[in-house]
Amino acid sequence: MKYAIGIDIGSTCAKAAVLDENKTVVFRLVQPTGWSSVDTAESLRKALCVAGFDPADHPVVATGYGRIAVPYAKKAITEITCHARGACRLFGLEDLTVIDIGGQDTKIIAVKDGLVQDFLMNDKCSAGTGRFLEVMANTLALRPGELCDLARLGGNTSISSMCTVFAESEVISLIGRGEKRENIAFAVVDSVVQKVVSQAGKLAEATGAVCLTGGLCQCDYVREALEKALGRTVTTCADGRFAGAVGAALSGLKL
Amino acid sequence: MSNYVEMWKDLGMDLENHDNLCAVLPVAFGDVYLSQENRPEGMGFWDFVVSEIHGIRPAELVEARKNGQKVFGTFCVYVPDEVVIAANGIVTGLCGGSQFWVPDGEKVLPKSTCPLIKASVGARLGKTCPFFRLADMYVGETTCDGKKKAWEILGEDVPMHIMDIPQMKRPEDIERWAGEIKKFAKVVEELTGNEITVEKLNEAIKTVNEKRKAMARVYEARKADKLPISGKDALLMSQIAFFDDPTRCAQMCNKLADELDKRIEDGVAVFPAGTKRILLTGTPLAIPNWKLHHIVETSGAAVVCEEMCTGTRYFENLVADDSKTLDEAYMALAQRYMKTNCACFTPNTGRIDDLLRLAKEYKVDGVIDVNLKFCCLYDTEGYNVEKAMKAAGIPVLGIETDYTDTDAEQLKTRVQAFVEMLG
Ligand code: SF4
Ligand code: SF4
Repeated sequence: MKYAIGIDIGSTCAKAAVLDENKTVVFRLVQPTGWSSVDTAESLRKALCVAGFDPADHPVVATGYGRIAVPYAKKAITEITCHARGACRLFGLEDLTVIDIGGQDTKIIAVKDGLVQDFLMNDKCSAGTGRFLEVMANTLALRPGELCDLARLGGNTSISSMCTVFAESEVISLIGRGEKRENIAFAVVDSVVQKVVSQAGKLAEATGAVCLTGGLCQCDYVREALEKALGRTVTTCADGRFAGAVGAALSGLKL
Repeated sequence: MSNYVEMWKDLGMDLENHDNLCAVLPVAFGDVYLSQENRPEGMGFWDFVVSEIHGIRPAELVEARKNGQKVFGTFCVYVPDEVVIAANGIVTGLCGGSQFWVPDGEKVLPKSTCPLIKASVGARLGKTCPFFRLADMYVGETTCDGKKKAWEILGEDVPMHIMDIPQMKRPEDIERWAGEIKKFAKVVEELTGNEITVEKLNEAIKTVNEKRKAMARVYEARKADKLPISGKDALLMSQIAFFDDPTRCAQMCNKLADELDKRIEDGVAVFPAGTKRILLTGTPLAIPNWKLHHIVETSGAAVVCEEMCTGTRYFENLVADDSKTLDEAYMALAQRYMKTNCACFTPNTGRIDDLLRLAKEYKVDGVIDVNLKFCCLYDTEGYNVEKAMKAAGIPVLGIETDYTDTDAEQLKTRVQAFVEMLG
């Protein structure tokens, strides 16, 4: 059996996925990126060896912002291409819109016939990203997952500032005013969703089924809120956060 | 840079701060330029000019001024060099393309001003660029709002003449522009003390036309399937053309073009076969802004053309050189200059026509539309540019950036993803 390994070093989490020649995911692994991509790559390598997939024996493709820091990778491909390929595989579709809410950036990718047609990435700021949500969750003394669950119970509050630093002060003043935690949580998720939706609106080609990947795809409330705001069905899948790594491994199979 | 310290002192420069610039520029140039392989020999001239950028040409200008010639500093390709040359004056471009000058500009300008303006104002007020010290007069124009207001600030420090550029291209606007050129000619005559005659103006027109034709030859070579020159090198040629003597510039460009023609004949290429061809469009890339070219050309693609003021807009279209009267010559100039398609005009559909034409001529695989941060005009026009490209089936990537390196990694990812998308 032939295997290929995909490594996706994102800003907060590093992911590895191993695919067999039938393109089935046979192994997956996630760990925090930490401050050094090189160290992360090395610790992934060790974990892969332990699992019986020594990178020296299989083609490795790296992606994510730390893609050039993986010395044992045969090739580096951007996360845009890898997410698109991975999502096609995971969702079993050829035409789709991928929304990936990552740690530092959010990507919207229009895919047709399995190929990237167009894409958008947010600018330098972290509005509309997982990082934004994490900072606000910290301020509310919650875990990001808890914040998302709590948001479902809230409403009627909004954060106007797009900048994470200013938004944090807004959240603090909401807390000071005695606003209910669930309402603030609602406002935080709503802010992320609005930003993502306004980005998606700029991508005319983004017409296929909307598939949510990235770290936030496990928060069902985020998916629901996106669905409502977009007026379109948004699907996700269990391996959603591995889309980049799966896409990289798919490319590895062709090496 | 060798011994120009005395000259810089005489020019009233801030030597200490200027040393910082002198220390970083060669490193940047080495990384971006000298690391390239198989460059045309003709580039040696431009490499040399950059290695002495604040010395060799400024020294020539100092000499010229000693001999009574006047130097005019300009900021826009709409200002007609021909008029200055006809009065035995010298033109030098003054646009700042480095983050180095931005903080000095931000001392007097809002942060939300485009970096080109901030760097230009900063280079003057910070006293860290000899060209900005050398110019006897600055020539501004009423193009974008940021520049209009910046002139008022610069005008307190240096003599300024402002040309009122039309915002539309109706026949009456072209006539008005001819009138502005005539007024500018009067100002030039006064400052230089030399009369502009129709003969002299026709001569100057010929000189600048020759420079345009020579630059066009180098660009022509970039249409070849096997690229004989990198985009970075061609950009350097365009950037320095704004500072150099026009006749020497034409000579050097022609020499380079000869070499490139030979390379095409011999099948010599600086990129491997199958390298994706990119057309860059948008705001100007003033020297030493090589950021985007470097990112593109280290991401598996090549820049084959710049639809920019540091590119095709600078040399396309010639001026009729056989006018019988001065008024006729001013009109000929106005007609040529008003063909330049800048986002300061409304509408500016000519730019889209140009892009579609250039995309075909240079056989491009994709277009990257770049605008400097806080340039509202090009940013807004990006919408129509990108729409038109998509309608024509040309992949397009919109990018906003400034002179800092903080977004380099992000830009790399975007550009690489775009190149991957091109197949
Ligand atoms: S972009 Fe417009 S304003 Fe700027 S130099 Fe070009 S023509 Fe002039
Ligand atoms: S890039 Fe835009 S804002 Fe900057 S000087 Fe040119 S037209 Fe003005």
